[in-house]
Amino acid sequence: MKKYICDVCGWIYDPEIGDPDSGLAPGTKFEDIPDDWECPECGVGKDDFSVIED
Amino acid sequence: MNTTLKEGINWVGYVDWTVRDFHGYKTESGSTYNSYLIEDEKCAVIDAVKAPYVGTLIEHIKAFIPLENIDYVVCNHAEPDHSGGLPGLMAACPQAELVCNAKCKTALEMHFDTSNWKWRVVGDGDAISLGKRTLSFVNTPMVHWPESMFTYVPEEKLLFSMDAFGQHYASAFRFDDEESLDVILQEAKSYYANIVMLYGRPISQTMERAAEMDIEMIAPSHGVIWRSHIKEVFEAYQNYVVCKPRPKIIVLYATMWKSTEKMAEAILEGAQECAVEAQFFNVDSTHATKIVTEVLDCAAIAIGSPTLNNSLMPNMAGVLCYMSGLRPTNKKGFAFGSYGWSRRGGAAAVEESMKEMKIELMRDPIRAQYVPTPEVLEECREAGRMLGKYAEQYK
Repeated sequence: MKKYICDVCGWIYDPEIGDPDSGLAPGTKFEDIPDDWECPECGVGKDDFSVIED
Repeated sequence: MNTTLKEGINWVGYVDWTVRDFHGYKTESGSTYNSYLIEDEKCAVIDAVKAPYVGTLIEHIKAFIPLENIDYVVCNHAEPDHSGGLPGLMAACPQAELVCNAKCKTALEMHFDTSNWKWRVVGDGDAISLGKRTLSFVNTPMVHWPESMFTYVPEEKLLFSMDAFGQHYASAFRFDDEESLDVILQEAKSYYANIVMLYGRPISQTMERAAEMDIEMIAPSHGVIWRSHIKEVFEAYQNYVVCKPRPKIIVLYATMWKSTEKMAEAILEGAQECAVEAQFFNVDSTHATKIVTEVLDCAAIAIGSPTLNNSLMPNMAGVLCYMSGLRPTNKKGFAFGSYGWSRRGGAAAVEESMKEMKIELMRDPIRAQYVPTPEVLEECREAGRMLGKYAEQYK
């Protein structure tokens, strides 16, 4: 599962960790995150995230 | 006024004695917009001031060197209290390159007409030699905006920390050992709570990077410069980033016909039976600035509002909006409030807001219909004791 980085603030979404504070359980793929989810650090939406290539 | 940080490095900013409203932050002590001038084989200005005060900044620089000698103007943060003076400064310094990171360049281009500026875009870890000294750049995203960065001068062990460690505090002095440390730390706490409390995580990461640097002096973009009490402000920040609780509770309320106030007083009475500091704020008499400063290090909070028009008292709604944006962590509490015929709004709306803030609820809301009965007031006292007992563990 690929990690994604927030283009605005640099926060990294790691699907193995998820974002439990926002109800995303560990193991949630970035593609499966609801469209209304927001970066927990700076508040921008999914559109402002980029995949981190291995 | 002593403005010399190190030989050849001077404060050239502006002391704003009269500002009392900083985008909603009630700046009772005014503020300063700190700019710094480094004279070396190449000369650099670190950050500018708010737009109206660029003339003062330029006069301060000219007292040391001609503007033609400025090679670099570093912008650590694009917010207009620092960047507002850049158009005037860049126009006055014909040789200067604007030094900033890529995100900052984008932000500045959206704020100003930058078509005549020369740019030097730097990345994390990049450095520019001034001759005897080096400017070294560290990206610090969300401390306080996405483009924020620190500028470090290793030869002088000097960190230009932008908003971090700042204070909205106008004074006749520029250094932390020239006046009361308690006053300065209180201002640093208020600044942290009102400006960057929501960014505890990135600030914590930035603190880890700062701990690896050899630092003798921290020059923020607001308030006094730290040189004798760096240890104290670092320790304070380590507590702030986790909103570390102290043995302290807060009763915060709005009231209409004094019913919710009576409940608040009973909660306070209960809490005062415990060995904790118990604070009491009516949103009509205490500004949100003071309230969130105190929330930063409380252990628990009771928040009350009556139902007004099936909603909240508007002043309480404003305080809750402000507080939830600043995202305090590590707090417990409960809601309370009176109502007439509808239980909508009031305590229910307060509780909803507390849930959003992830304040851990210790009990269901306490309610009183029209006027609290002796039984309801005893329930309030008991809940106050519960708050106090919980907070006692942080002694």
